[in-house]
Amino acid sequence: MSSNAFGLIYTGEANAQLRELTFSRSVAAVPFGGRYRAIDFVLSNIVNSGISSVGLIAQRNYHSLMDHLGSGKEWDLHRKRDGLFILPPFVTKDNTGVYRGTVDAIRSVLGFVRRNSQRYVVLTGSHTIYNTDFDAMIRQHIATGADITIMYSDESGNDFDRSEQYDDLRLKVDEDGCVTELTFNPLNPSTPFTGCDAYVMDKTLLEYLVEDAAAHGEFDFMQGVLIKNQQKFKFYGWKYDGYVARLNSVAQFYRHNMNLLKPEVARDLFNPDHPIYTKVKDEVPARYIGGGSAKNSIVADGCIIEGEVENSILFRGVYIGKGSRIKNSIIMQASVINQNCDLDYMVLDKGCQVLGGRRLAGYDSYPMILRKGVVV
Amino acid sequence: MPGKKIVAMLLAGGQGSRLGELTKSMAKPAVPFGGKYRIIDFPLSNCVNSGIDTVGVLTQYEPLALNAYLGSGQAWDLDRMNGGVFVLPPYVSQQSGEWYSGTANAIYQNLPFIEQFDPDYVLILSGDHIYKMDYSKMLEVHISKGADATIAVLDVPLEEAHRFGIMNTDDSCRIIEFEEKPKEPKSTKASMGIYIFNRDVLTKYLVDDTANEKSEHDFGKNVIPAMINGRQKVFAWQFSGYWRDVGTISSLWEANMDLLGVVPRFDLYDTEWRIYSKSPVMPPHYMGEDSEVDDSLITEGCAVHGSVKRSVLFAGVTVEHGALIEDSVIMPNTVIGAGAVVKKAIIGENVRIGTGALVGCEKLPEDEPYDNKLTGDITLVANSMNICEKARVPAGKVIRFDPESCGK
Repeated sequence: MSSNAFGLIYTGEANAQLRELTFSRSVAAVPFGGRYRAIDFVLSNIVNSGISSVGLIAQRNYHSLMDHLGSGKEWDLHRKRDGLFILPPFVTKDNTGVYRGTVDAIRSVLGFVRRNSQRYVVLTGSHTIYNTDFDAMIRQHIATGADITIMYSDESGNDFDRSEQYDDLRLKVDEDGCVTELTFNPLNPSTPFTGCDAYVMDKTLLEYLVEDAAAHGEFDFMQGVLIKNQQKFKFYGWKYDGYVARLNSVAQFYRHNMNLLKPEVARDLFNPDHPIYTKVKDEVPARYIGGGSAKNSIVADGCIIEGEVENSILFRGVYIGKGSRIKNSIIMQASVINQNCDLDYMVLDKGCQVLGGRRLAGYDSYPMILRKGVVV
Repeated sequence: MPGKKIVAMLLAGGQGSRLGELTKSMAKPAVPFGGKYRIIDFPLSNCVNSGIDTVGVLTQYEPLALNAYLGSGQAWDLDRMNGGVFVLPPYVSQQSGEWYSGTANAIYQNLPFIEQFDPDYVLILSGDHIYKMDYSKMLEVHISKGADATIAVLDVPLEEAHRFGIMNTDDSCRIIEFEEKPKEPKSTKASMGIYIFNRDVLTKYLVDDTANEKSEHDFGKNVIPAMINGRQKVFAWQFSGYWRDVGTISSLWEANMDLLGVVPRFDLYDTEWRIYSKSPVMPPHYMGEDSEVDDSLITEGCAVHGSVKRSVLFAGVTVEHGALIEDSVIMPNTVIGAGAVVKKAIIGENVRIGTGALVGCEKLPEDEPYDNKLTGDITLVANSMNICEKARVPAGKVIRFDPESCGK
């Protein structure tokens, strides 16, 4: 059933904490979970909500993102009516093409916002991974008469680490879900309720808010729109109880990938009722030969495993040579580990090569990254 | 729209009765193969990789699974503006309307389909063979020899030649004689059921064949011999490489096993010649802490907690703790219960093998007699069956839906 909402995804997040992972790609295109990229989750969430019109604001290093999304057919978004609209930056009289922030970026795509026939907009970022549909959130938004509904999760179970703080929106809500206080990157958060970078509002309100913020010289959506307007508008929170992975740092990227090895996390993020779509590569099934094995590991299609793999995630088309031992590592697409190598706490980006007999190790709290295409 | 140089017609209407329960509710080309494929993926991918973008799929027997699988043809890149994949079932016209009475008749009834694309050549394919072939190379030879028809042939061992249609050729590869399953074969060139025809010649011979009441309307039995006798230029085109007819339970099992090994007999790992298939949209597979695996193919959506040896697991298969699978083919979404043992078996889709069940175990004298004509020593469990806890299924038995015995 089609929804009275359209999606708008901002992919311009710049987070230096992601280090080598985002040297050549936007956060949205960061590989996750063996065969996905971060964007697949939010895009599938939107599609699984029956939303058929999605605008995707591209900004940073969006080549690999465009390559991944193509016409949107894998998400069923290559349509005559609605579909996927990739909105790259462009230069005009009053737009330099380089956005100074989210407000700037949304302002430059207001044409897309106006053109949509749907009333509500689901506005999201691209670095937060979860699996839900937005129906319940939109229903609550309509029922409460909120101006803006903010999706949030309860992070009281997770330790707060200030060094990993990125676009950290904290909410206090009353028993009706009405937001009583919003804070941005607080020094000592007084509430565990943390925004998931997803909002529902009337599209006319979005138009007004970004024009108003821009007129006042504000460029950031959280600070310039949400925090500034918390007295003026009615904000509601919509609590999401499932697993939320915020890709805020390499350590978090590593931890959230590894958490997929826990059955309850895998069940939640890969809920078969809400399939996660991604670019299909037509790889052959993974092949285990000559004593190759994998324990407590996620292995994607196209892998050939002749060595031993433990507590690891192998993306599509990875080769593990005979006598090699891979532990606690994330090996991305088409990387080749030759014979008799030892890898522990390593993150290998796409297309890396480890020649025979090499030993590479990082540490639990600081996994080492090999940049895309590196030969060791 | 510009005309096409060549149009492929894929014969997918056969019942595949020797596959028994596997083709009870689906046509043979829709039978799963090789972990994430169905048989029809091979000729379809060959077409696309050979640059052929217009394919008619002739269906007749149990077409629903096949129709749903083909969809718009997107998975094979065959959703095209001009051309693409078309499902062609038998139809009724003003004058007549009938089932396809043979391979030649099926093409004859669809000559108007072929004419829409105005091709110079027509490629005829079967939907039940596993192989990788570049049809464009065959077409090149067809054109350079000035042939009217070209038949792909494969060298088979002399002692097996009596099971095939055998081509006897002269030095220029021109076919001078065709013998269907000869008792004393004069050559080892077996027809692979892959033909390229000049469209005008094909049309003429199909019209003649239809008018001939004695004909069985079969390419191998009637049309090809008629062309040879009619002095048409019919050439053999030698293919070398892996090719397998998977029309029987044992050949289907063997062809799956051919994908295994350090150097598999049939290697699917070829980025230049990918075999395309419809994605099941599932996460990568998970290997549990206690899993053991040896020489196997495992694909998306699987969760393995037991042991898998020399086996092929399709998408979404679960192997519970302590279960053992050996020399078997497990089709999509099947669950092998804890402690169950499955040996040398083909297990259909959506099956549940109960805890501690033994499938493919030794036949005991007290076992009830059963018919294993189709299966030999390969145990077959039909789709959606539920094998009870601790049940014993002796080797070669077929477990199918039987309202009286509740699937025991």
